[in-house]
Amino acid sequence: MSTPRPTRPWTPSLIQRLTDFLVVIVSMILAVAVVEVTPLKGKLAYLFAFFLIYIAISTVYRGMRTGSAAAKNNVVQALVAFAALVAITPIFSILFTVVSKGIKGISFGIFTRDMSLATPTDPLTSGGLLHAITGTLTLVLCALIMSVPIGILTALYLTEIRGRFTRPIRFLVQAMSGVPSIVAGLFILSAVLYPITKQYSGFMGSLALTILMIPTIARTSEEVLKLIPNDLREAGVALGGTQWRTVAMIVIPAARSGLVTAMILGIARIAGETAPLLLLTGGGDRVNPNPFSGPMGSLPYYIWKSFNAGSPEAITRAWAGLLVLLVVVFILFISARLLVNRKKA
Amino acid sequence: MSASIPQPRLITTQPRKSDRVFRGIVTAGGFSSLLILGLIAIFLGFRGFEVIRTEGFRFITSSDWSISTDDAGNVLESHFGLAAMLVGTILCALTAVVIAVPISIGTSLFLNFYAPNFLKRILTTLIDLMAAFPSILFGIWGFLVLMPSAEYWAKLIHKYFGFIPLFEIKPYVVTRSPFVAGVVLAIMIIPIITSISREIYSQAPLDRIQAAYALGATKWAMIRAVVLPHGRNGVVGGAMLGLGRAMGETVAVFTVLNIVFQINWHILLGAGGNVASLIILKFGDASPYEIRALMAAGLVLFVLTLIVNALADFIVRHTSKSGR
Amino acid sequence: MTLETRGIHAWFGSNHVLSDINLAFADGSVTALIGPSGCGKSTFIRTINRMHEFIPGAAMAGEVLLDGKDVYAPGVDVTKIRLQIGMVFQKPNPFPSMTIGENVLSGLKLSQLKVENKDELLEDCLQRAGLWNEVKDRLDAHGGSLSGGQQQRLCIARALAVKPQVLLMDEPCSALDPGSTLRIEETIRHLSQTMTIIIVTHNMQQAARVSDYTAFFLADGGPGQMIEYAPTTEIFAQPKDQRTENYVTGRFG
Repeated sequence: MSTPRPTRPWTPSLIQRLTDFLVVIVSMILAVAVVEVTPLKGKLAYLFAFFLIYIAISTVYRGMRTGSAAAKNNVVQALVAFAALVAITPIFSILFTVVSKGIKGISFGIFTRDMSLATPTDPLTSGGLLHAITGTLTLVLCALIMSVPIGILTALYLTEIRGRFTRPIRFLVQAMSGVPSIVAGLFILSAVLYPITKQYSGFMGSLALTILMIPTIARTSEEVLKLIPNDLREAGVALGGTQWRTVAMIVIPAARSGLVTAMILGIARIAGETAPLLLLTGGGDRVNPNPFSGPMGSLPYYIWKSFNAGSPEAITRAWAGLLVLLVVVFILFISARLLVNRKKA
Repeated sequence: MSASIPQPRLITTQPRKSDRVFRGIVTAGGFSSLLILGLIAIFLGFRGFEVIRTEGFRFITSSDWSISTDDAGNVLESHFGLAAMLVGTILCALTAVVIAVPISIGTSLFLNFYAPNFLKRILTTLIDLMAAFPSILFGIWGFLVLMPSAEYWAKLIHKYFGFIPLFEIKPYVVTRSPFVAGVVLAIMIIPIITSISREIYSQAPLDRIQAAYALGATKWAMIRAVVLPHGRNGVVGGAMLGLGRAMGETVAVFTVLNIVFQINWHILLGAGGNVASLIILKFGDASPYEIRALMAAGLVLFVLTLIVNALADFIVRHTSKSGR
Repeated sequence: MTLETRGIHAWFGSNHVLSDINLAFADGSVTALIGPSGCGKSTFIRTINRMHEFIPGAAMAGEVLLDGKDVYAPGVDVTKIRLQIGMVFQKPNPFPSMTIGENVLSGLKLSQLKVENKDELLEDCLQRAGLWNEVKDRLDAHGGSLSGGQQQRLCIARALAVKPQVLLMDEPCSALDPGSTLRIEETIRHLSQTMTIIIVTHNMQQAARVSDYTAFFLADGGPGQMIEYAPTTEIFAQPKDQRTENYVTGRFG
């Protein structure tokens, strides 16, 4: 006796698919007709009319064939698909706008010049964003150096030591992630800049960014460390290792790629932060390699200055800056994803 | 004579010195968040205290924000009131949440239960990517690209629902209203709430989902019976997280909103502001005394967002216990 | 015959797990499906009420005839099938967000069935599930506040509320203590007066106690097959196939 072919009788049959397609076509036609007749106008009018008519027709059809529960399911299905469409549309609009408007301002030159001799309203051949890129890199690096140890130590407390204060500390980390970026900026302003250094500098900005970064790194690291199976720790201790040696030589290396992911996510979180930089860094126009003295430019500040200058060239500069920033965020996002997937495989 | 049950032995371990140092360092690191949050409250309070003491309760209830100084820089007269900005903060953030939450819930239900697999993966990646976009991008895009459309919708709402006081526009200034800011903020927080909701709905217990189907439920009936009740607390927590984010947003609101020092409850009228954008606006040429006022404003915002986040955490914490 | 399966095969991806199951279930009978774990018994009953298709990569072949009509025919409303063929699962799963009363009637809400007298139906289902006396005074209590055995009987009552013709039970007692197990077996015997019951069980003594007919499944390195089907007394006393005899006498299992 030969084995029959596997089938999936529950997938919609050809007739069902054709009927559904027909309903869509009819709704489209009716939508156009309705819009022509009524005073509604614009692309949105067509979309809404199509949507409402499609729901109406397919629901009535479903209701007649199988009953009210299936009809309700149908309405819900259309609604959630619409919600997803609404959620996704801005992404495409944003990406399209940034690329189309920003590309006009991109030339090889802008990566080699800074704004020390130009103003945002000058034509695009003068000035550039070199200082912004080096500034952002400097700020991020300083913030990373400060936030990674604290973030990982916090995560270690929550997973390895698990003392009495675990729940309050976890709550505090969560609370800290909700601190608005401008409050972090004001804090550094009042606690460090005014009393101690009395001048704008990149380091001040990095301090504020650190506050914003720590929760992201701590939370992601905690998740990653929790995934390390306990057998590893037990094996280390059974061999006579102290706790810190077990953690340093076994647990952390095992969690290595996850911790790098945490760092990348932390960087992505702060790369585009503007408000604290506006308060603390002074927005310099020249490349400044010293984070401790002198105003420091950055991509967000550059974008902000250009946008506020208002002229068409300035606005193009702003879009170009946004494009560069977006590319940076994109690269960080993709690398984090790749790391996570490589770990699973 | 029966033998009595012995007492359990007390086992003590003295950790090695290196381990005690290790525990000390790690614990110190763990306490850093407490330290930082405490310092924020202390410093902002310290700096802003004088202003709060002078203004008293008016700091929160009046909407005057003005300061006049003489040539030497001494303060002649000052009034600092956050009321207009607080109302604006709440209005914009609430508008954002009201718009964002239904869309986020719908999207996460679509992704988890209605979308084919390949679409789910693509859309999830896109939405997570959008969560990483910098806020200044939303601000500039919102101002240059979204605003005309948003104003069109505002005009539509005013045309059909203008009789409701919330939607009145007097005088007729329809540009750069809290509504527009709310829409931009909504687009910013949709990815966050969608992500959280998606996580929560995907953990709905499979055996109960199967039980619902076995009783003859349609997909929507199953979602209503099993998924939504199970995820309710978590999603509320996520919504509050989005609310907190919207309340503290600076640049995106600043570019889009017309900052006017007057309490404005009409979301379609082009006037308002939020505390964060006030700080940015005034910081540029603020005298030292005014800066203290801004610090005080920052403290108010800090406390506000802390409360919202604490509430969100509390609500989400209660899910894992009773949602089972 | 109310229920008949013809040439049922099942796949998970390219993995052929069930081969050529032909069974007919007499009205009002209790049929037990026995066999070692992993031989496809649960998969088989899930093809009957079309729960099999929820697993990604699932495929099937053959027909399941309810009152002579194939439940997999195109155009069939699957939710209606599941109203006629109910299921009780291994692990009791009442809906925790509902009270006991709401749990029993949840099937009606889920499929939008209209019923004139809900209270009558509620009492009737709970009586038949053997739970009425224990919960009649606390119908408003939380669904999860019952013991394991009571929860399972609640799930049985819930399945009864939509008036199925067939009840599928997937090892309903394996997570319960012996006392609850006996009570549920009593319930099964009562229920069989009005419906056809198919019960998957690991417990051969249970099969012997509860069922009129028994089918023995076995997967011999390949897809699961139905080896022997006979009235219960025969299959335990005089099995025809050597493999059946080996299983029921405990030589393997």
